[in-house]
Amino acid sequence: MPNRRLCFALALCLGPLASHAPAMAQDRSIVVASTTSTQDSGLFGYLLPIFKARTNIDVKVIAQGTGQALDTARRGDADVVFVHARAQEEKFLAEGFGVKRYDVMYNDFVLIGPKGDSAGVKGRDIETALKAIQALGAPFVSRGDRSGTHSAELALWKQAGIDIAAVKGPWYREIGQGMGAALNTAAAMNGYTLSDRGTWISFRNRGDLEISVEGDKRLFNQYGVMLVNPAKYPSVKRELGQTFVDWLISPEGQAAIAGYKIDGQQLFFPNADRKGA
Amino acid sequence: MRAPASDLPLLLDDVSLRAGATTILDRLSLTIGPGAPTLIVGPNGAGKTSLLRLCMGLEAPSSGRISWGGRSNSAMARRAILFQRPVMLRRRAAANVAYALAQAGIPRKLRASRVAALLERVGLSDLARRPARRLSGGEQQRLALARALARDPEILLLDEPTANLDPAATRSVEEIVLSAARSGIKIVMASHDLGQVRRLAGDVVFLVRGALCERSRAEDFLDHPATPEAAAFLRGDLVI
Amino acid sequence: MADHLSAWQLILSGDAALFAIVRLSLAVSLSAVVLAALIGMPLGALLGLTRFPGRSVLVVLLNALMGLPPVVVGLAVYLLLSRSGPLGALGILFTPTAMVIAQTILIVPIIAAPTRQTVEDLWVEYRDELTAMDVSPAGRMTTLLWDARFSLLTALLAGFGRAAAEVGAVMIVGGNIDGFTRTMTTAVALETSKGNLPLAMGLGLILVVIVLAINAAAWGTRVWSERQAG
Repeated sequence: MPNRRLCFALALCLGPLASHAPAMAQDRSIVVASTTSTQDSGLFGYLLPIFKARTNIDVKVIAQGTGQALDTARRGDADVVFVHARAQEEKFLAEGFGVKRYDVMYNDFVLIGPKGDSAGVKGRDIETALKAIQALGAPFVSRGDRSGTHSAELALWKQAGIDIAAVKGPWYREIGQGMGAALNTAAAMNGYTLSDRGTWISFRNRGDLEISVEGDKRLFNQYGVMLVNPAKYPSVKRELGQTFVDWLISPEGQAAIAGYKIDGQQLFFPNADRKGA
Repeated sequence: MRAPASDLPLLLDDVSLRAGATTILDRLSLTIGPGAPTLIVGPNGAGKTSLLRLCMGLEAPSSGRISWGGRSNSAMARRAILFQRPVMLRRRAAANVAYALAQAGIPRKLRASRVAALLERVGLSDLARRPARRLSGGEQQRLALARALARDPEILLLDEPTANLDPAATRSVEEIVLSAARSGIKIVMASHDLGQVRRLAGDVVFLVRGALCERSRAEDFLDHPATPEAAAFLRGDLVI
Repeated sequence: MADHLSAWQLILSGDAALFAIVRLSLAVSLSAVVLAALIGMPLGALLGLTRFPGRSVLVVLLNALMGLPPVVVGLAVYLLLSRSGPLGALGILFTPTAMVIAQTILIVPIIAAPTRQTVEDLWVEYRDELTAMDVSPAGRMTTLLWDARFSLLTALLAGFGRAAAEVGAVMIVGGNIDGFTRTMTTAVALETSKGNLPLAMGLGLILVVIVLAINAAAWGTRVWSERQAG
């Protein structure tokens, strides 16, 4: 009989999906739009179980570049943003999409390059290094995706006195993807790229790459968190979102951030001051 | 409940069927009434298949009128047709018959027993659970008969049903047709086989090039044909 | 999911995260196939059996839509379901439901177009018999769809293959959220971007094996079914 067999097949297919339904019923969850560096470095994998155990709130992280994350929030599709591009964050606040911005943690950027160091930049400061790379046309991979890292990279070119939009040539490869993809590409073409230290430490496909430039004060990388403004989107989960924000900047949350290590190395350094920036 | 209206007599009045420039049937006037089987004979291309399709109501004539029991638009409910190569549904033999019963409006509760009875009638009870497409040619034709009889037809039209069958299968099919005729079903059957005409026919309709050439009782047609074309056909000459 | 373990070790240790990802992938893609079949098969059958002005345009369009880029579908569904979009109030963005919707849209043409061709071809063969049995238009559709079931199974498997393999749509509308909307394909993309290439490859192979198993099961079902009913 066609009918019986059809029903059986249907049940078989839809069964697995049904098991997801209960999870959606009791919905203590928030959507956090964050960056690929916080995801790819494994920070959230470490932090969120701690937060969940404490508050029973599920944090669903959408990992995009900073620019994309802020745009997601502008569309009302996130409750909290957690990104690292101060200028873009301030703009977001000024437009009225955020409630209040708090510093959470920092790390630094590093210039990654091939062990062969074709541009001879190892150990120099970042400005000198970038000038050398541009002068020699050494392969350089740019995020090209309005992320925090991309914004920092563009700012550094500017500080080095280089109008990158004007002088970029085939040596400058904009890939429009996340940090991991940029590192993969740099590894494949033995080129240079700007990375946040967190992603670099946890990155596994290093090929022939190493840190070429680090420690320069200009490579400081600050992360900030904001609750998306419920006045703009009433669907924003204000209390749950605020709980997450508060936890991140609380002594407990800050200690948790400091506690995340890979191979004994701390990736992110908490620096919340609770007063909001 | 009113008894359903009869489809007999089946009347064709100056019926022509054209396809483009070709005339398939040419001003045919014919009455088919109840009684013994009517066999339709003629050379290939004479229009036998088209005549049957018109009688079933599968096609409309290009000109002229057809009426069933005096009605010109009669539903197919009381007619059934068997094609030369029947199409079996991709399911079991019994399921094919059940399908025909369902389409004829028989409620589900009654179908099982009728399926069994019909399969018995055509001698396929043992093959009820066999996939219909794996039956032999003769068995498929008998199954098609079961499907047709499931409709409880008043008129059963058959288009050279045994043309592709061996003698044993031919005999089984003819037996079922004869028993259907005896139970009151009007048989209208196209045939290429004069022996079959002799075995089954009550009266004969002889077509040549889409026109009615001769119409008479079977014995008269076979033994004393009235027209030269009929005589030539019976001799085995090519009638062009 | 523990990064440093190879894909094999994850399977053998029964890693919960891996199994959750596999379950979600299958749930989303299989649901999409079922829904797409419920929509696409009647649609294809209807188009195969009817004649009306502009029909050829629809047929060509349906065939062309088989090549819809998944990422484009994902983007379109995202814009629909976003809070600032027309269906934002439903709040289903970044959920498995949104992923099912996107994949369903993607594979309806893949199921409908072959269905249309198969039913159209079959109608040529069945027309006289079904007309003579006085089958209603709806009856014709169901009868032809059932009789064509073995050919249509191939269309279903093509749809499933497309759904299980794509990453663009589910990434955009699902967000690749750990533990919630992460599927095999988005996990492969993620592990690749983390530089865990061996793990990414391993996950990819697991996905291929699963799809192969499903195809084998479908083949077995067909063989068994043919023996039953021809």
